[in-house]
Amino acid sequence: MGAPARPAARGFAMPRPGASEPAAEPEDARPVPLPADAKVDLGAQEQALRIAALLDRLDGDFVGLAPVKDRVREIAALLLIDRLRQGYGLASSRPSLHMCFTGSPGTGKTTLAACVGELLRELGYLRTGQLVSVTRDDLVGQYVGHTAPRTKEVLKRAMGGVLFIDEAYYLYRPENERDYGQEAIEILLQFMEAHREDLVVILAGYASRMDDFFRSNPGMASRIAHHIDFPDFALDELLRIAEMMLEREQYRMDDAAREAFAEYVALRMGQPRFANARSIRNAIDRLRLRQARRLVAAGGVLARDDLMRISAADVRASRVFRGGLAPDRARPGE
Amino acid sequence: MRITQGTFSYLPDLTDGEIAAQIGYAQANGWAVAVEFTDDPHPRNVLWEMWGLPMFGLADPAGAMHEVLACRAAYPDHYVRVTAYDASLGRQSTALSFIAARPADEPGFRLDRQESADRRLRYTLHPYAADRPRGHRYSEDSGARNGARGG
Repeated sequence: MGAPARPAARGFAMPRPGASEPAAEPEDARPVPLPADAKVDLGAQEQALRIAALLDRLDGDFVGLAPVKDRVREIAALLLIDRLRQGYGLASSRPSLHMCFTGSPGTGKTTLAACVGELLRELGYLRTGQLVSVTRDDLVGQYVGHTAPRTKEVLKRAMGGVLFIDEAYYLYRPENERDYGQEAIEILLQFMEAHREDLVVILAGYASRMDDFFRSNPGMASRIAHHIDFPDFALDELLRIAEMMLEREQYRMDDAAREAFAEYVALRMGQPRFANARSIRNAIDRLRLRQARRLVAAGGVLARDDLMRISAADVRASRVFRGGLAPDRARPGE
Repeated sequence: MRITQGTFSYLPDLTDGEIAAQIGYAQANGWAVAVEFTDDPHPRNVLWEMWGLPMFGLADPAGAMHEVLACRAAYPDHYVRVTAYDASLGRQSTALSFIAARPADEPGFRLDRQESADRRLRYTLHPYAADRPRGHRYSEDSGARNGARGG
């Protein structure tokens, strides 16, 4: 047999059945390493520019969250430097990017997770970057032998992207020692370790309960490199978020309404069950309801501006100004 | 004798990277990838054992590749094939099928002649591997011994 003399003819030389050649390994596709004294201009790197654009977009899309953005910036920088190190033939291991997002309700954990997948894809860390968002129900089975295939199914679906486990602490139920959650956690750990290059797992939940979860699952805590805490939003950040939400929905507030809304948010922050940006979203939904009711009740001719404008009366009609939750719905002790 | 069945079977055996690339191609077309295995090399043996369920809704080849490797590890001396099912209306059939693993040593087939009425001859293909019990057809340990035990 022997190797074909001319490589060009190889495509036509069908191996005869029975005369099997050993499978040819693909040639090493890595480029020749740069000489040790070569210089790389960071500013001219096309990838660096793309990362800068991505981070700017992140800054624009998310208000506040400074510690979170810092961490994302660090990860992006690390991935870029790793790429450059590869150019010189230096060792560059893939960093583990499993993350844990903790924070109060409505601080943007889920929203950011969707963004992280896309970001990591752009950085070349993930292939597809899709977000598979699951909760306990999707991972834990209902009878013996049901959990493992179910969890593996979800993990396979998430490969190449981000697996986002919301309220991850529900996976572990200490009060029931026969709970199948533990099995799901074990499979999860196994995949997180074995498929580090294919999968980024992000756990999310409220800080105190996540701490309990990690205390009872030390293996999980140590396999997650990035514990990111989402701070609560300040008043001015909440107002900026509201502006952004209104703009996206093509509404706008006049000055009096803006002032009333600032008062509204300040009052609402002190009341029970305040959920940061989620409360703002709900407040805006109710503003739209009240604006619609006002316009319909007034009747008459409407201009485009009337349909877009939210007035101070719409804001001030909220029950937040009258001491919060309606008395019949407020629970004692709150 | 090297079994040729499915796509790419006249090419040298695919490497893992090439298998992953083909799976990626199937998934990009929206086909569901499944893994099957057998140790019965007869060409009419079209229904192989399924390794798990077909994997619908996967976006990345890594998940299916994990199953290919797991199947290969669990059944080392077997044929493993990857099939891709196209569920689109009007096709609803296997769109791609190729062998992803094969036993190291394939003894091949013998031709059996059977004499029937009026001096007619019937021919049939008999895989040498089929002489041994299922599960031991290509493995190193003696299949005859297993067969004698009534395996």
